[in-house]
Amino acid sequence: MTISEERSTEVSGASSGHPHESRGLSWTQRPGILSQNVITALVFAVIGYVIGHWFGNYLSSGYTYIANSGQNSISNTLALAFGVLGWLGGIGALNYPVAKLFGVDGLEEESPVDNWTKYFRYSLDHKVVGLQYVVGVLLFMFTGGLLAMAVRAELLNPTTHLFSPDTYIKIVSEHGTIMMMMATSIIVGPLGNYFVPLMIGARRMAFPRIEALSFWIFTAGYMVIFSALPYGGFPTGWTGYAPLQTQSGPGMVSYLLGFAVIGLGMILAGFNQAVTIINYRAPGMTWSRVPIFVWSILATASLLTLATPVLFAGGLFGLLDKTVQTTFYVTEHGGSSYLWQNLFWFFGHPEVYIMALPGFGIAGEILPVFTRRPLFAYKVAAAGMIGVALLSFFVWQHHLFQSGINPDMRPLFMLTTELISIPTGFIFLVGMGTLYRAKIRLEIPMLFVLALFFNFLIGGVTGVFLSDVPVNVTVHGGFFVLSHFHYTIMGGLLFAFMAGLYYWLPKMTGKMMNKKIGKIHFWMMFVFFNLTFFPMFIIGLLGQPRRVFTYASNLQGLNDFSSVSAFILGLSFLVFFYNLVWSMWIKPEIAPPNPWESLGLEWQTASPVPAYNFERIPVIMTDPYRYSEPGAPDYADLGTSEPSAPSKHSLA
Amino acid sequence: MTNQTTNSTGQVHHIRRMTVIWIILSIVADVLYSIFVAAHIPPGRLTETAAKDQTDFNILIEMAIPVLLGVWIYLSYSLYVWGDKRNPNEAFSGDAARGNTKVQASWIVITTVTVLFLAGFGTWALVVDHGSGGGQGPNPAFAPAGALKAETAALLGRATWSPGSTNVLPVQVIGQQWKFTYRYPTFGGFESSQLMVPANTTIAFNVTSLDVIHSFWAYQLGVKADANPQVNDVAFTTTKDPGTFIVRCSELCGIWHGSMYNNGAVLSQTAFENWATTTEAANAANTALLPAFAWTYVPDANGASGGYYPDGTLTPYSPSEVYGAKQPS
Ligand code: HEM
Ligand SMILES: [Cu+2]
Ligand SMILES: [Cu+2]
Repeated sequence: MTISEERSTEVSGASSGHPHESRGLSWTQRPGILSQNVITALVFAVIGYVIGHWFGNYLSSGYTYIANSGQNSISNTLALAFGVLGWLGGIGALNYPVAKLFGVDGLEEESPVDNWTKYFRYSLDHKVVGLQYVVGVLLFMFTGGLLAMAVRAELLNPTTHLFSPDTYIKIVSEHGTIMMMMATSIIVGPLGNYFVPLMIGARRMAFPRIEALSFWIFTAGYMVIFSALPYGGFPTGWTGYAPLQTQSGPGMVSYLLGFAVIGLGMILAGFNQAVTIINYRAPGMTWSRVPIFVWSILATASLLTLATPVLFAGGLFGLLDKTVQTTFYVTEHGGSSYLWQNLFWFFGHPEVYIMALPGFGIAGEILPVFTRRPLFAYKVAAAGMIGVALLSFFVWQHHLFQSGINPDMRPLFMLTTELISIPTGFIFLVGMGTLYRAKIRLEIPMLFVLALFFNFLIGGVTGVFLSDVPVNVTVHGGFFVLSHFHYTIMGGLLFAFMAGLYYWLPKMTGKMMNKKIGKIHFWMMFVFFNLTFFPMFIIGLLGQPRRVFTYASNLQGLNDFSSVSAFILGLSFLVFFYNLVWSMWIKPEIAPPNPWESLGLEWQTASPVPAYNFERIPVIMTDPYRYSEPGAPDYADLGTSEPSAPSKHSLA
Repeated sequence: MTNQTTNSTGQVHHIRRMTVIWIILSIVADVLYSIFVAAHIPPGRLTETAAKDQTDFNILIEMAIPVLLGVWIYLSYSLYVWGDKRNPNEAFSGDAARGNTKVQASWIVITTVTVLFLAGFGTWALVVDHGSGGGQGPNPAFAPAGALKAETAALLGRATWSPGSTNVLPVQVIGQQWKFTYRYPTFGGFESSQLMVPANTTIAFNVTSLDVIHSFWAYQLGVKADANPQVNDVAFTTTKDPGTFIVRCSELCGIWHGSMYNNGAVLSQTAFENWATTTEAANAANTALLPAFAWTYVPDANGASGGYYPDGTLTPYSPSEVYGAKQPS
């Protein structure tokens, strides 16, 4: 079925159920292990890896001092790159493009049969991809979290060491990189893919193949960055500064290629989201009727598409330096270590807002539901997100205030950085305004949203401290910065993700999360998050630099306090996983169709959501969030008298 | 409570109450802070720079406290007054107002004015304090009087400093994996692993690196400047009384980054001159082997594994013998 045919079905609304039902399945999509799934993907990835490795050694065989040395960056790079290609080919992501390339038309490439195995396959259904992403990011987060526990364990004592300094720095670097990569997608991936089409009244994403591809690239990126550990790790932290980058061993290749791979997935995902939101909104959904979560994803998507290519290029230059001895970052040979810093942060600052905006969106989406109020100053909220997105391209050198780079521009970057707190502040205006004279229900999602405001306030205020150049002299490069960005990313984004999961999992899985365990999870996570990271502001002020395996002995008390809190914070995630397993499999409680009594369009669809979401494309009648307004028209006209027949839920 | 809010005067009521609580708590917190905490805030007052950085930090805190308290009071008040615990049986609805132009406009104006003030204040502090102890690159725009002259003189081997003089004292900081060393161009360019500086003197730190990026952080001096290979990153400070300080590397530079620190001291002017002249004499034989004093040094092609300096005869081994013919020589 071509796109235009599919569009026309959408418009006419004639077809119901699965539009591809009548077609036969190709061998690639048949159930059973013979068809393409994660197992074939793994096998192909291994084959690709071996071929790439051999090829790299073959290419450099004239260079006796590197071939087969285990330090051969060419063979490591090619091995990982071919491994990624194998992974994508093995899962089936390349079938369609390759067939097209050879002029084969009409390749059968439908969504796999509707049973649990579809979650382990290349699926074009945005709801399947959304759930795949949930599992993907949780796995990412779990890995990074274990490493964090190791970091805090080492810092229990300044003189007795669990790890060698070498191992320690590799753990820190791997932790930071994994978490930052995960955070780029933690909301856009799972909740963005699942809910944006539902919330804008579309049947699918604009480019379902690109959507699926972005997920499978994301998983490939996870494996590439993880491969740094068996390769011996890398010592640069997530920032990867050259010349340390140029100097270090084969694990660095995994870092550079990993960011390039993840970056590719980010570009594709962002592009897809932006196109979807701009072009696939249901009739009647003018820009002032777009749900605020969708606005936040649009702002994020524009950053993903525009900022990430810089990271991609930066990573590529680094790989060239390591493999074919170019000198982009080698000062002695005409390159510049500043070049990497500039490229990295030109991407890196927009990146930090990639890790903030979706959280604002979730807060804005959830607040009206649990306050029974319209979102206060909706237009200000949308404007704030666009403003943040635009400004975030003009602040990157605030990471380089003490580096000696463009020193005369420091007042300008101080100004732009502080200006960005204005649109960021809009989010607080919106949040606080919505609470005014509200009917507040402290359900779990609402608790997480309130905690987000609490944490992000501290993160934002300390950001202003950091952007003041005289204060930056004392706090740059120390634990103060560390605490600042954990308050914004973990305290903001991760709390928002949890709010989103508790809020939307009932829609995604048809089951409620247990409220009692949820409360324990929330309070543990909130209290111990603050107890872990607040002392780090003080530790930083008292002079402890980041990424050190040893520190002044008078700081041991504070460090121990932080470590012990961190372990309990870690446990709170186990409580979450326990809740997940308990509520989904052990004692599932069937969710009502609209458990929170939300007006959102995503809750008006049938449960479980049918393959193509809406029997008829809805028509949007009015603004979102018209809570507590008797006589307000329905948000959307769904054109159905009764929801389609419920069937066994998809996750079961 | 909620009964009162049903009429329009109730609205004023909440805001007024929150404002009163907020003003009282803010004043109390700010006063307590300035009495009990402000004087202990790092980096202390060992130098003019440190003292000013401390003051800036304290001003920011005094401004941040009302902001934090404002939001916290608002959140707690709302949860208490409009939460479901207090109003379990109320109708399932809140206020339907979608915005309030006055509130929105004043919010935007207030945050904008605050932010512009902060940026202006930060810029002013940065300029009058000659870069606030931060690294300003090779051509510092906010240099103190006489600093550029002293820097030029240092390079030509003509810099002078003696007790009582008002000359700026240039000191070079060389970072390498994993230690800092210091060269004193005013005293024949000797190299020391100890950082000593005289009291009541303006110091120009010239920070560079021989390998990867480090960051020279003289904590109590209020100085931080990245050490980049082949870049001279200059930072200024003016010392006050004698005292000790710690130097830490604050940019990740590899495995032993965590133990890249040492101690330094601000000495009285005569004690410093004593130390400098004695060390200059004691190190004379070593100084003769060092490359001529320069702002940056280019290690030879073999980087840290070979000799540090471009004199080929100092390279301990030839990599082409070790690795075979294709290593660039
Ligand atoms: C009001 C808003 C914010 C301001 C004014 C601000 C300001 C700053 C400044 C000046 C720095 C540089 C500190 C230094 O290294 O000396 C910084 C670092 C950082 N910020 Fe923010 N920030 C804000 C919000 C955020 C948000 C929303 C995030 C992420 C969600 C974030 C994440 C980070 C990260 C990750 C770093 C440190 C990166 C590193 O060195 O590894 N910030 N911030
Ligand atoms: Cu930034
Ligand atoms: Cu270091």
